[in-house]
Amino acid sequence: MEQAKLNALKQTAANVRLGVLEAVHSASSGHPGGSLSITDILTYLYFEEMNIDPKDPQKADRDRLVLSKGHTAPALYSVLAQRGYFDPAELKTLRQLDSFLQGHPDMKHTPGIDMTTGSLGLGISAACGMALAAKIDNKDYRTYAIVGDGESQEGQVWEAAMFAAHYKLDNLVMVIDWNGLQIDGRITDVMNPTPHDKKLEAFGWNVISIDGHDFEQIAAAFEAAKACKGKPTAIIATTIKGKGVSFMEDQASWHGSAPNAEQYAQAVAEIKAAMAD
Amino acid sequence: MAEKIATREAYGNALAEFGDKYPNFVVLDADLAAATKTGVFKKKFPDRFFDCGIAEGNMMTVAAGLAAAGKIPFASTFAMFAAGRAFEQIRNSIAYPHLNVKIGATHAGITVGEDGATHQCNEDIATMRSIPGMTIINPADAVEARAAVEAAINFNGPVYMRFGRLAVPVIFDAANYKFELGKGIQLADGKDVTIVATGIMVDMALSARAALAAEGIDARVINIHTIKPLDREIILAAARETGALVVAEEHNVIGGLGSAVAECLCEACPVPMLRVGVEDTFGHSGKVPALLEYYGLTPANIIAKAKAAIALKK
Repeated sequence: MEQAKLNALKQTAANVRLGVLEAVHSASSGHPGGSLSITDILTYLYFEEMNIDPKDPQKADRDRLVLSKGHTAPALYSVLAQRGYFDPAELKTLRQLDSFLQGHPDMKHTPGIDMTTGSLGLGISAACGMALAAKIDNKDYRTYAIVGDGESQEGQVWEAAMFAAHYKLDNLVMVIDWNGLQIDGRITDVMNPTPHDKKLEAFGWNVISIDGHDFEQIAAAFEAAKACKGKPTAIIATTIKGKGVSFMEDQASWHGSAPNAEQYAQAVAEIKAAMAD
Repeated sequence: MAEKIATREAYGNALAEFGDKYPNFVVLDADLAAATKTGVFKKKFPDRFFDCGIAEGNMMTVAAGLAAAGKIPFASTFAMFAAGRAFEQIRNSIAYPHLNVKIGATHAGITVGEDGATHQCNEDIATMRSIPGMTIINPADAVEARAAVEAAINFNGPVYMRFGRLAVPVIFDAANYKFELGKGIQLADGKDVTIVATGIMVDMALSARAALAAEGIDARVINIHTIKPLDREIILAAARETGALVVAEEHNVIGGLGSAVAECLCEACPVPMLRVGVEDTFGHSGKVPALLEYYGLTPANIIAKAKAAIALKK
């Protein structure tokens, strides 16, 4: 990847992180940890990978994205705002009664949201439906689903995994945000769903494992997914929950709590310092 | 004697019949195509039929995804596994975003027969009725079931369609039958009492009316195929004009059509009203005629309740 492009992606991702923090801090609730772990991948998808048009969010043949781990909506909202779907100033309205930014994604009221999600385990099935629709209609749009590692404890994820392989949905990519933490602690302590790579391979998927904060690896993985025919691709992205904010990193306690004024100021300072480097 | 056809059969036949006219709909099933009769469609349109295996939750959300991408999916399984097992998928991924998914739920009620309580869903109308924006259709015979399928295709939004396993008499004349979503149908006028019925109880309501007439009681009969949104006008007119109602359904007396009518009457025109249905209990294995008798889903019970309702008039 060219250095200029790489730098631009890093700057954009940093701005997305600032938006996440602003939204969650303004709402005094929300899920910063998993939003920050998936930020780089969402940034890459919306700024480099996906065929989309912020001026025409419902464009028929656009690529689709389903945030199956819907609680990390602040990351998706922030990416969409940065990409031009709506005014970034709206991020401050997150979770308020008069806002179109619900606590979890709402396709009916937020420009750019392709599927309503929030209840874990559902989004990947919806993504299968979209990918199947593309096959039925002979369209070449692609569908991306973002699944949480903890979310993969839901049985429906594996029902969907069976379905996607059975119907050879090679136009579907599932990213598993492997930050290793869920509300009650380390996922391997709470209810160990590993090994994901071997399980998904056994289910008939093309599996790629990457560092989910390395744009070179992210780009290569989505490229490899497109080249794979006849089976769906899973990208297992090792990430850091709370990435970019020192006191949030790798802490389950930051799964679903908002920073206070002091913490917010420190978090913003850290992201801005990293941007300046 | 009238011809007998199960509404599930009419469902499968209608899907196959309308396949060419409406090329944008597809059909999903969860390993029950032979029983739900979607197999009839599968045979004619194999490229538009997708078996999801025994995974109803996934099927409902796949249907939601298909609808989000512009298709009209019919998702079929038994009522128990649609409105029961997949309640949350229907609620969160279909109804909350108001996606254009049609749920074809067969084998509703106790007339499933020998399979027994685990498969006899008497709670589906209750769970579906509690979901905002859900349309619920419970056809009375094959003619109405066919018309309901076409109406569902032409309606934009989630629809729960309830079909039965049992072959039931065809009571409507196909040539003259008109289905209007959300509108009840007055099948017979009367002034002493109104029998409001849905599904297989409509035919029994007509039998009950004939028997009541022989005793000098003049009963109105209303067929409610669309349970939600409920036709309040036809119910309130019946309350005003006949002063007493009996509501008959093959469903728990809690949460179904009886509850819907009671809510309507209590708020707008309180009159005596009694319910015929499964009395808040589970089903049982058995032959269908014996089960109908055991659970009181009979013309005789409708007649008894009609008389009791009349007696409650002030």
